[in-house]
Amino acid sequence: MRNSLSLLTAAVAAMALATAANAETLKVGMITTLSGGGAALGIDVRDGFMLAIKQAGADIEVIAQDDQRKPDIAVQLADKMVQSDKVDVLTGIIWSNLAIAVVPAVVQQGKFYLSPNAGPSLLAGERCHENYFNVAWQNDNLAEAAGGYANDAGYSNSFLLAPNYPAGRDMLTGYKRFYKGAVANEVYTKLGANEYAPEIAQIRASGADSVYFFLPGGMGIAFLKQYAQSGLDIPLVGPAFSFDQGILQAVGEAAMGVKNTSQWNKDIDNPTNKAFVESFQAEYGRLPSLYASQGFDTASLLISAMGKASVSDADAFRDALRAADFKSTRGDFAFAPNHHPIQDIYVREVIKEGDVYTNKIVGVAMTDHANAYIDDCQM
Amino acid sequence: MTVSLIVEQLLNGLQFGFMLFLMAAGLTLIFGVMGLINLAHGSFYMIGAFACAAVAAATGSYWVGLAASLAAAAAAGALVEVAVIRRLYRRDHLDQVLATFALILVFSEGTRWVFGSFPLYLTVPDFLSGPVALPGGIDYPLFRFAIILIGLVIAVGLFLLIARTRLGIRIRAGESDREMIAALGVDIRKLYTTVFAIGAALAGLAGALVGTIQSVQVGMGEPVLILAFVVIIIGGLGSIVGALVSAILVGLADTLGRFLLPVAFDTFMDSSTANNVGSALASMLIYILMALVLFLRPTGLFGTRAH
Repeated sequence: MRNSLSLLTAAVAAMALATAANAETLKVGMITTLSGGGAALGIDVRDGFMLAIKQAGADIEVIAQDDQRKPDIAVQLADKMVQSDKVDVLTGIIWSNLAIAVVPAVVQQGKFYLSPNAGPSLLAGERCHENYFNVAWQNDNLAEAAGGYANDAGYSNSFLLAPNYPAGRDMLTGYKRFYKGAVANEVYTKLGANEYAPEIAQIRASGADSVYFFLPGGMGIAFLKQYAQSGLDIPLVGPAFSFDQGILQAVGEAAMGVKNTSQWNKDIDNPTNKAFVESFQAEYGRLPSLYASQGFDTASLLISAMGKASVSDADAFRDALRAADFKSTRGDFAFAPNHHPIQDIYVREVIKEGDVYTNKIVGVAMTDHANAYIDDCQM
Repeated sequence: MTVSLIVEQLLNGLQFGFMLFLMAAGLTLIFGVMGLINLAHGSFYMIGAFACAAVAAATGSYWVGLAASLAAAAAAGALVEVAVIRRLYRRDHLDQVLATFALILVFSEGTRWVFGSFPLYLTVPDFLSGPVALPGGIDYPLFRFAIILIGLVIAVGLFLLIARTRLGIRIRAGESDREMIAALGVDIRKLYTTVFAIGAALAGLAGALVGTIQSVQVGMGEPVLILAFVVIIIGGLGSIVGALVSAILVGLADTLGRFLLPVAFDTFMDSSTANNVGSALASMLIYILMALVLFLRPTGLFGTRAH
């Protein structure tokens, strides 16, 4: 009797296990910025990510929570998601200082982390990890393209401006790696600052022939409006982060004609991108930004890997991610050995389409561009 | 480094100071009269900016927008005072902080619900747009001059209100002895609501003016709120004159620090380290200033009593 009972229990347990494996729901923990000055970025990443899941009908459960752009809160959320929600994959972080605080601990606990945005040099180089994949770019990339563009445009004396945090320093390093001219001055501001009069006065006094700046989110809106009021007409150049779809409507006329560099734009001509732009507009009633495209691509990558391997088999799942066998909104996409994208980067110009300010691709800055930290990465 | 650069930076500091004053005046007034720590003050700043942006977009007139910012913030202030704050005067400061912090969340999410998460468009009206040429070859944005001017007018207006009017007498009386003034037949409830609405309206005006040259978005009030608290602590809690002096002090210290510290460090370090260290120290400067003032004068520069 006892034997048959334990047999029955074992059978029930086995059946339960089998159903669990069949209906395997992948759990994703998304830590992103949903309030404050960086909210527009996190919301676009989240919306793009959810759109891809909805379209694919993938069996993914997403737990999305707000990090308030604070590293300590991001770390708390990561601990909670790993230990109590038992997620398989984490994603979502917008800001590099938060990524540096969260990612190393998470991947060391055997979880996968797919970055839809932040790509600090530290995590591409000496602190790279086999379970960390960046689907957006390494931070330096768009800045490197901007440096290349500055050479082509004939700029020889640039004023450099960025917030004082890891991505800000990467963005200046990247620019200087390719830009051949002189540097008039290099100024770091406080992350989240909204008042740029002191820096604009320095630009005026510096005698620079171009201003390269990286100020994402609300910082970019404030800078562009104040720059337009200052009467300065030194040309601006920068990575796409101050010219995304969310920012441009708030800046308006002040951003017209500015050149910026991006790995994505809504007019990149491929069927995936066309369908993405249309369906995003239909779903959310606004144009997608590059952040939305990054969220969408991150989810597409995840779904492609789920089709090939179970997340419980970490080695197979990792290989499936590495293959990057998904249709990117950017067209061609592959991973470099340190798990950061190899991709084309474009020069865009801010234009007005009807009543809407947006970007148009005016040239290709770099083709099949990887990153400078591959050799520093020992996986 | 030229003289014109330094003059321009001094103007920037002054303008930043007056902007902080608009925010801090209401905060210190409310603390002085009612002894209330109001964390939701930043929400009135946000409400002012959103009201200005929405109304300016709907009517096409910046001035109507500015008037709307005053009205909306004052109305929100009065409403909050009657519905929530009134219950908190007798409680200790911890309860006040908790309740007004909850108000921040309510206002932020409410604004997000109505206007969405993306920043709104608000720009400088045409005739205040662009730079104006000053002697010495300095171009300075006209709108920033306007902020300095409006700040001055408000400072003088508040001073007259408190020193010369019946309402001002009641406010001062309320500050020094609220039981006595109630016993003398002044309707203390109405007085409190009025003062709270005035404070909120000032914050709303500041939000609209600053939103014009920065960005109008949910959560814009909290960073400014922290600065406003620094200002009223340095100035002495409850003192309007203290708030004015300290706002200008903080504005100048912050602006000049950001500009001069990297240059100063550059003389004895290599330039990228100097930039890093200089800008890191510059963002701490006003807090160092606050610590210093508190060390030398624990009640603040113009504070008379310990609260």
